[in-house]
Amino acid sequence: MTVDSSPVKFTPALPGQPAADIRAISGDRPVFRAELPDGRIVWLVSGYENVRQVMIDQRFSRALAVAPGQARPGVEMFAAGSINGMDPPEHTRLRKLVASAFTVRRVEALRPRVASIVGELIDAMLDRPQPADLVTGFSLPLPAQVICEMLGVPAADLERFHAWSDAIIGDWQRDSDEIMTALAELYGYFGALIGIRRARPADDLMSALIAARDDADRLSEEELTAMCCALLIAGHETTANSINLSLLLLSDHPGEMAKLRADPGLIPGAVEELLRCGRLGTLPPARVTREDVAIGRVVIPAGERVIPLIGAANKDPSVFSDPGRFDVNRGAASHLSFGAGVHHCLGAQLARVELQEAFRGLIGRLPGLRLAVPASELEFKPGMVIHSLRELPVRWGEP
Amino acid sequence: MTRWKVSVDKKVCISSAMCVAIAPGRFVLDGQQRSGPVEADIDPDEDVRDAAASCPSEAISLVDADTGQPVDLD
Repeated sequence: MTVDSSPVKFTPALPGQPAADIRAISGDRPVFRAELPDGRIVWLVSGYENVRQVMIDQRFSRALAVAPGQARPGVEMFAAGSINGMDPPEHTRLRKLVASAFTVRRVEALRPRVASIVGELIDAMLDRPQPADLVTGFSLPLPAQVICEMLGVPAADLERFHAWSDAIIGDWQRDSDEIMTALAELYGYFGALIGIRRARPADDLMSALIAARDDADRLSEEELTAMCCALLIAGHETTANSINLSLLLLSDHPGEMAKLRADPGLIPGAVEELLRCGRLGTLPPARVTREDVAIGRVVIPAGERVIPLIGAANKDPSVFSDPGRFDVNRGAASHLSFGAGVHHCLGAQLARVELQEAFRGLIGRLPGLRLAVPASELEFKPGMVIHSLRELPVRWGEP
Repeated sequence: MTRWKVSVDKKVCISSAMCVAIAPGRFVLDGQQRSGPVEADIDPDEDVRDAAASCPSEAISLVDADTGQPVDLD
């Protein structure tokens, strides 16, 4: 099949706005060329099976997408140093070092601790006047506390990470000096902390990684630092905003929220549906073709940037019936929100447990939980690759 | 020559497709996106070992066909 050469202008929808209608924009083509707001020409891929292929097929390379000269300051440059920006076999070697800490079994063992942090945060919310800001009082401290405890990072340093994290997961609109300064400071911070842990190992993931370096030479000092930084950054802003956006979705569907209140056993399934319907980021990470690759009848030449549109795949009507409907009882088919293949989200199970316990706590202990301002007045931080709310004022109890 | 037996617990599989990507041609997803081995009885293969070690749900079992002992995943 020949390809028409003029790319379609494509601007991802702003946070809080409905997702772009890919079928309309693409003229119903599952694979098409587009020009992004940053000027890049990419291939956008939709359809469940096509999106999965881009993420699983190793001819689509993450490493090439963030190679020197390709990576823009911000999340791409950050990814370049981390496992998210590597291909096998380097990726496999490093990921195996941390995979065991994030398995279903290991994360399940953390559930009681996650539940107890949820309980403490809700106690603190109940002690203060309403409205409360869910971002600072709950959705950010929950995953931040959990990943700090896993890694062995002092929770007292949390405030500093948030500022760095905001800059690092910034997009192309951000000042690149600000991003590079934040990256340097984060790496410097971890360099110092690794020194402290090396002298006094503890029962945490950072100490385990230091041992893998010092005792078995399984990663370099640079890889060790990058891994710690990546785990910390990836481990909290994503889940925090997933909690926020999930609450927004549930507020839009009070009937579904009522079902969860009546039967908390529905919460794990509801979390999957929230993940399917939620739109956490602007665009998923790009890949670059190592060689000519066919997706269906379209051949993408070697060396092209390709973006798997995960949100569109999650709305594929051939996989999800009536895909636009939010239904906590939907069950079955797997969404692709955690990706697939070698870059399937390392923290997927942890995010699931955090979201499940978060909503068990919020729905169970704060009956009548609702937004304290109209959703249209909520502000998202500009220039970030994920949809990050500045604040989320909430109330609960009798209206 | 040592042989390995590969199996995947479909009840535990979370459809990450990690194995399909790490060991192409060794694992295949079914209609429910659950993984299974293409061949259950194989020669030792580092990609398959990596896939088993990387599985987020520890759904892949790898045993020595002669002894029935689990294969070291490190």
